[in-house]
Amino acid sequence: MSSADRALALLAAAALAAAPAARAAQEVVKIGACLSLTGPAAVYGAQQKAGVQAAVDELNRIGALPGVKLELVIEDDASTKEQGIAVYQRLIGREKVAAILGPTLSNTATAADPLAQAARVPVVAVSNTAPRGITDIGDHVWRVSLTEAQVIPGALQRAQGSLGFKTAGVLYGNDDAFTQAGYEVMKGALSALGVHTLGTQTFAKPDRDYNAQLTALIGQKPDILVVSALAENAAGIVAQARQLGWQGPILGGNGFNSAALIKNAGPAAEGVLVGTSWNRSSSEPANQAFLRLMASRGFEPDQFCAQAYAGVQVIAEAVRLAGLKGGRDDVEAGLQKVKDLATPLGRFSFLPSRDGSHEPALQVVKGGRFEIAQ
Amino acid sequence: MQQVINGLFLGSIYALFALGYTLVFGVLDILNLAHAAVFMLASFAALVLVTRLHLPILLALPLAMLFAGLLGMVLERVAFRPLRARGDSNVAGLISSLAVATVFEAVALEVWGPNVERFPFGTLPAEDPAHQLHLLGAVISRLQLTIMGVAVVLVLLLTYLVRRTRLGREVRAVAESPRAARVLGVDVDRVIAASFFISSALGGAAGVLYGLAFNSISPDMGRSVELKGLAVIIVGGMGSMPGAVIAGFALGLTEVLVVAHLGGSYRDAVSFAGLFLILVLRPRGLLGAASLREA
Repeated sequence: MSSADRALALLAAAALAAAPAARAAQEVVKIGACLSLTGPAAVYGAQQKAGVQAAVDELNRIGALPGVKLELVIEDDASTKEQGIAVYQRLIGREKVAAILGPTLSNTATAADPLAQAARVPVVAVSNTAPRGITDIGDHVWRVSLTEAQVIPGALQRAQGSLGFKTAGVLYGNDDAFTQAGYEVMKGALSALGVHTLGTQTFAKPDRDYNAQLTALIGQKPDILVVSALAENAAGIVAQARQLGWQGPILGGNGFNSAALIKNAGPAAEGVLVGTSWNRSSSEPANQAFLRLMASRGFEPDQFCAQAYAGVQVIAEAVRLAGLKGGRDDVEAGLQKVKDLATPLGRFSFLPSRDGSHEPALQVVKGGRFEIAQ
Repeated sequence: MQQVINGLFLGSIYALFALGYTLVFGVLDILNLAHAAVFMLASFAALVLVTRLHLPILLALPLAMLFAGLLGMVLERVAFRPLRARGDSNVAGLISSLAVATVFEAVALEVWGPNVERFPFGTLPAEDPAHQLHLLGAVISRLQLTIMGVAVVLVLLLTYLVRRTRLGREVRAVAESPRAARVLGVDVDRVIAASFFISSALGGAAGVLYGLAFNSISPDMGRSVELKGLAVIIVGGMGSMPGAVIAGFALGLTEVLVVAHLGGSYRDAVSFAGLFLILVLRPRGLLGAASLREA
């Protein structure tokens, strides 16, 4: 078969395959996903890609939006601001998408979201967790992911419910905006719970030896160690605390929410507590359906996958609430009405600040993996 | 007591790192700023030996030191020797060693990426809490004991080498005056190359031990000891080996005690304020005055 013949055959096949879909769907709603498929954040981007693809396929398959076909355009922002901006320009100007989902990193969002705001294209963030500077960009930026400020207090409260600690030792990185912000949230949450903080210690990002800080904290005999650190520091802190003989609980911020913690701390990571926005073992029908769907696609989902899936659900719900219309203004109007939507994350609503709101959960490391603490 | 152990542990790594640093300075009057990069590459070399070739760490450590030593000789050949004949070779050597350090770090970044690596579990026998050593209420792990032990052995070995062997005498002769040493029939280039080998092997040993101690090997790991090592050799007296050892332990202890009593934010501020104070009071460092090299 010559290449021209092959092209013809392919065209014919494509026409056949497209024909029934074209008849069924009068309106096509394009969703642009700006994800980090390469670069340092690629590990999150891969999960998100699987999540959005599964959601779009599933919603189209069950005909969740009668007369509307969802179409997905996935672009790679390479974990950088610069490429993120280029992707946004393409999605807004060339692809003419109805809404943008992403980008993976808060850092990229601060650079790229203003473009969408200026073009009045709704953005649904599914993994940005910086408490400030995301939905503050403007009234077209919405967020499904919970911020640190939402996850940590919930996690601490649940942990206290089961462990009943009354005193805490706190360790945090004081040269990083993210860990510093996490610490502020922890401090507020601890005092709100009536937990007495016996000591507070700090470290810097390049540090690898935390023995001095940990010895000082452990010497004050707190009931729990609370740590705000990035993933690369977190494993060292946990391992050295155990080496110094600390047997009590350790609770970490979102930086701990990483497979690298378990890989690098090994057995020392057992029992470490981390807040999360997705309760994997929730028996809610929406979560069970999500787990079954991902299992049938042979994919092991994590929090990022579940959040991305929920992000597509939220956009689809907005289209439905806007009377099955998929213009940018329609989606925007629909987003304002989304309330109590059943997602894998739980019942989802938006706060007046356009940030997401649902129940956070608490994970514990058990047998070398994260499990939901009941 | 636990804090004293922590300080000695950290200090032993600083001392080992600074010892190699100061050796080259004593011989050549040149700061080798690539020392921290050799420290980092040796750690990665040991990691490769352990993970790819499945060598036990006790074999990987000397091999990584050998690798670091050879790297040091290459460094000397490329970055220092061509400049030595020129008039102002000290500043030029400083800059060219900085260039080599940057190249080494870029290579490591390209090969291993920016993520933090670690030695696999079981590289050292697992710690058994029941058999941990307890001393006056402090816990000393076998890892800490091993690392301090290796550091002390290497320091003693170097002292023996410099004080008692022929090579040691030649090294000291070149340090006093390269010209006089040459007149007396010492092969100066060979001695300088040997000093670089020893210096880098020690720096490499410090790198491997650091990687083991804190389970964190990354292309930028040298940064955390670079300035500290410099402070240690200044405080100890430039070129003085016993001074470097004493100052290394002193810095480790100071850092730990500052963190324990004042908090982590003050650590570097107090350490470097102490460095400044010592420089004002004793411009030649703790043991620098005993040296005759300036004469």
